[in-house]
Amino acid sequence: MIPYTAFFFNGFFTLIMALKLDDVRRVAHLARIAVDDAEAEAALVQLTRVFGLIEQMQAVDVAGIEPMSHAQDMVLRLRPDVVTEGDQRALFQAVAPEIEGGLYLVPKVIE
Amino acid sequence: MSNHTLKELSAQLAAGACSSVELAQDLLNKINKLNKDLGCFITVDEQRTLAQAGAADAQRAAGRASLLTGVPIAHKDIFCTRGWLTTCGSRMLANFVAPYDAHVVERCNAAGMVTLGKTNMDEFAMGSSNETSYFGPVRNPWQHAAVPGGSSGGSAAAVAARLVPAATGTDTGGSIRQPAALTGICGLKPTYGLVSRYGMIAFASSLDQAGPMARSAEDLALLLNVMAGHDARDSTSLQRPAEDYGRDLARPVAGLRIGLPKEFFSSGLAPDVQRAVESAITEYKKLGATIVEVSLPNMELSVPVYYVLAPAEASSNLSRFDGVRYGHRASEYSDLLEMYKRSRAEGFGDEVKRRILIGTYVLSHGYYDAYYIRAQKLRRVIAQDFTAAFSKCDVIMGPTTPTTAFKLGEKSADPVQMYLSDIYTIAVNLAGLPGLSIPCGFDGGGLPVGLQIIGNYFDEARMLNVAHQYQLTTDWHQRKPPGIS
Repeated sequence: MIPYTAFFFNGFFTLIMALKLDDVRRVAHLARIAVDDAEAEAALVQLTRVFGLIEQMQAVDVAGIEPMSHAQDMVLRLRPDVVTEGDQRALFQAVAPEIEGGLYLVPKVIE
Repeated sequence: MSNHTLKELSAQLAAGACSSVELAQDLLNKINKLNKDLGCFITVDEQRTLAQAGAADAQRAAGRASLLTGVPIAHKDIFCTRGWLTTCGSRMLANFVAPYDAHVVERCNAAGMVTLGKTNMDEFAMGSSNETSYFGPVRNPWQHAAVPGGSSGGSAAAVAARLVPAATGTDTGGSIRQPAALTGICGLKPTYGLVSRYGMIAFASSLDQAGPMARSAEDLALLLNVMAGHDARDSTSLQRPAEDYGRDLARPVAGLRIGLPKEFFSSGLAPDVQRAVESAITEYKKLGATIVEVSLPNMELSVPVYYVLAPAEASSNLSRFDGVRYGHRASEYSDLLEMYKRSRAEGFGDEVKRRILIGTYVLSHGYYDAYYIRAQKLRRVIAQDFTAAFSKCDVIMGPTTPTTAFKLGEKSADPVQMYLSDIYTIAVNLAGLPGLSIPCGFDGGGLPVGLQIIGNYFDEARMLNVAHQYQLTTDWHQRKPPGIS
């Protein structure tokens, strides 16, 4: 369920969602961004303002309207399943933080 | 020699009045002198630039020069440029040397244009003031205490300060038009899909569109001819026959129907901006255009809709920055998860993190329909408003921005205030329409005002014609910031 509380603001019927500190921490975890307590609290203040703006959307009736994802409503093209690029591994790995033997190195994930 | 438009430079190079190397060196000297104050460029690479200019001169000597051979251009640092540092204004990519060229860069190179440098920008194009750049702010050449706008702030300020005759920009919610307006130059955001996004670091893929920034509508046309074109590597690139966007420049505008949306002239619009835009409309009436009142009743919703859709797409696009394949990796971490989290926490600035968090939230379980799907539905409503308006007029005009350039620091504490500075430009991106901004006057403090011209889909040639005819009878686009020669 969406935690809404309704009130009137500037003559518009607006729904403000009460964002909590735990929401910020949860979303930061999903987004893989480390936040400490001070950062989470600062983010809460700013995000609450932004969602105050976003909530204006809830005042409009959208029944029967199809979502629009692309301006031209185009269909994604398919391309032939053929090799188009040569081997550029060395070139592309030149910008990697850590590689060895053509492999990207990351901390051990399986003990 | 360097203080000329693309069209003039092209003629001078063809006449042998100067070489491309001389021209590039002259501009590099200027950049060297002014960039410390203005912060327009993140990267300048004299050797590469002069080598490219030398190659252009050799092409000309061999009789293989085309219209823009040897003419300099700066690229917004969002475009991958092979061998050049390509930072996107972020610590995340502070050491990223692009291994390939963006399609736009390829096209400019193929036209013989010389890369003069990589311009400063809001981090990952998220900002309207250029203050979110990891590499420091850009200052407005008209008044150094003011912002140049964003996110293509470095490109705009560089063109305004005559450090380069033209630059590339990208526009997701106004990032070409708003800085063009705030710095007194011309900028065009083409119809979505006209210019390939290949090699352009993605922010919000269904809205991002590259376009030219220059000093005249004529120059925008020359550049759009170079930049636009189908590219199979961008799945949203449109397959259309090539056009000459300058073909209608000379056409008179008598009989043109200009739509004025009443929502563009409502509360929040600074009186000086309103006055300058109304004078421009009067000028068009003198040229024989007629005025039609139109309405974009849902325009106000464009900002909230945008701040759902753009962050949602950004949160997905920016998930690629994980400290594994490229970009910043934290120095301390205990496991893979912590490596991701710390690398991203250190690599991204506050505004980028904010938008990733908003995007992640609106896409998360339980909120997707209430936010993301609702925003997509409203996107269609906003696009339909434009369709209705264009049934009554040929172009829509209004202010590009509600105010002239604001001061550095003035809006950086409150993201919502910053977001609202794009109120007149965002709806155009949501609808996928082309829009351009040209200078049309100044406020009482001497800061430039931009006139926005919005066209129907694929009407770029018409819009450039409309802009050019105005520039034939006015000289706002030729005004220079104080102290700039």
